[in-house]
Amino acid sequence: MNICPTEAIRVVHGKAHMHANRCVDCGECYRVCPVGAIIVEQDDFENIYNFKTRIALIPAVFTGQFPESVGSKEILEAVHDLGFTYVFEVEEGVEFLNERFNEYFQNNKSIKPLISPFCPAIVRLIQVKFPTLVGSIILLKAPVDITALRTRKTLMDQGIDPKEIGIFYVTPCAAKIVAVKSPVGEEKSVIDGVINMNFLYNKVFKILRQKKDKTEIPGLSPLSGKSVCWSLTHGESDHMNQGRSLAIDEINNVIEFLEKVENEEIDGIDFLELRACDESCAGGILCPGNRFMTADKLRKRALRNESDPDNHHNSIENTGNTREYLLDNCSLNKVLPRSIMKLDDNIAEAMIKMKRIYEMNGILPQVDCGICGSPTCKSLSEDIVQNKAEIKQCIFVQKILEQNDKLDISESIKIMRSIWGENVLDKNSLKDEINEIN
Amino acid sequence: MQGLNQFFNMTTEKMHFEYPVEGGNFSKAGYPSSQVKKTLKQLNVDGNVIKRTVVALYEAEVNIVAHAYKGVIFIDIDTKKIIIKLVDEGPGIPDIKKAMEIGYSTATPEVREMGFGAGMGLSNMNNNSDKLTITSEVGKGTNVEIINYFPS
Repeated sequence: MNICPTEAIRVVHGKAHMHANRCVDCGECYRVCPVGAIIVEQDDFENIYNFKTRIALIPAVFTGQFPESVGSKEILEAVHDLGFTYVFEVEEGVEFLNERFNEYFQNNKSIKPLISPFCPAIVRLIQVKFPTLVGSIILLKAPVDITALRTRKTLMDQGIDPKEIGIFYVTPCAAKIVAVKSPVGEEKSVIDGVINMNFLYNKVFKILRQKKDKTEIPGLSPLSGKSVCWSLTHGESDHMNQGRSLAIDEINNVIEFLEKVENEEIDGIDFLELRACDESCAGGILCPGNRFMTADKLRKRALRNESDPDNHHNSIENTGNTREYLLDNCSLNKVLPRSIMKLDDNIAEAMIKMKRIYEMNGILPQVDCGICGSPTCKSLSEDIVQNKAEIKQCIFVQKILEQNDKLDISESIKIMRSIWGENVLDKNSLKDEINEIN
Repeated sequence: MQGLNQFFNMTTEKMHFEYPVEGGNFSKAGYPSSQVKKTLKQLNVDGNVIKRTVVALYEAEVNIVAHAYKGVIFIDIDTKKIIIKLVDEGPGIPDIKKAMEIGYSTATPEVREMGFGAGMGLSNMNNNSDKLTITSEVGKGTNVEIINYFPS
């Protein structure tokens, strides 16, 4: 509950509840929960068979999950064997996108710094917590969308019915799932379904173990070194040819930095690459491998790709018809703020509420124990004023009331059960102690 | 609160905050701006007004830190506007009109070479306030008042 950077979690009836309007899908709660109470939804894998032409889009970090002895080609072949018609790497869209970024800088010189739209958790974080910075987000789609658009267009040009094309994205994190299910800055995502990376990892690992004969995947082209590393920290910032770029990973680092950006305490930065996870996508919550090892393996793969004389990157922009299509479709609509900070739409009401919050907060003990079901004393104060909680939920307040005969024990038990569940006070192991005391 | 005193009192539909400022302590600068920003966000004030207010306040605060011995920032918010008063004890400004000119700077060439003292401070403050009033007495100190109105 305390880990949530936007204070979105409350405990009610013994379960963690997520405030959807506050949650930015960063996955920090999933990462730390000791009992696996947070689940990441995923589509049924069998859904791929709803389509005649099935495409898997694999991010480069997936290839970094396996031992170095397994080549990226073998991994992608194994995915193909699972039932896909085509397998492409997400980062095939990177070279095209990098050009668009540099164009975007030319056309938006007055906005400083421009912020990368790559990480969907960061886009949502800015919407809810830094509403004044939404105008700084670059309105271009992510590499996965570019590659998906390219693939769909190419297949349609070959005469395949668009209804029969199913594009599935293998995601390293929860934020990307939400980005597909309810995208920001697009009406509807070009992707038809999402497969969680840890799920696919198990399937692919099994195939690699049993595999004997080789299959060739049609249309797969090797990635440039830049593309392989795009989703890692510095992946974008190292390739912006405009001014000064900075890369920051891990959501709390990002929040700390954006506070300063918002105050204009920081200047001279032209481009910000911001990622919610430590080590960026290599640290995605659905990546089974160690993030540092994954990042290192990808960097080695990038070097190998760059030094291979046979590696002619088949970048997207070479194909005329598709290029036009992508140029028309690569932009995002305006990203709107959805502030969680405001206490009320009406300023006078908000002031009254703020006053009450300060009053409430003055009563509370400031130990942020979380027993009330809210992550901090301050957030309980806010919940009380917004009629979402009662001050009696605070265990310290309960003791003060009990001391003054204002609260009887049966009611305080009722309150604790309403927060932590019906069984929370039934501890059989304590029976002996209770008898002894009696 | 982060080792800084914050005085706070409020009658209905009016709020008042005070923040002390220490001359020469650049590492602490920025705290009042962050607090004011948070408050204005909670009050659902227009983002553009928040940004201008915070920029003007930060600039003014840094002026105290850089030039004065000590000072106090008084913040008053009602439903229509925010009034920021910065009162310092310091050397004062001999010619305010001149100080307001773009590019006017008291900084030595050495300081300018380091990237400071470009003479944009006061004009930047002016650009980010709806109303800016500066009064000063040489040898005693400077009073700055910034007023920004909230769009209705």
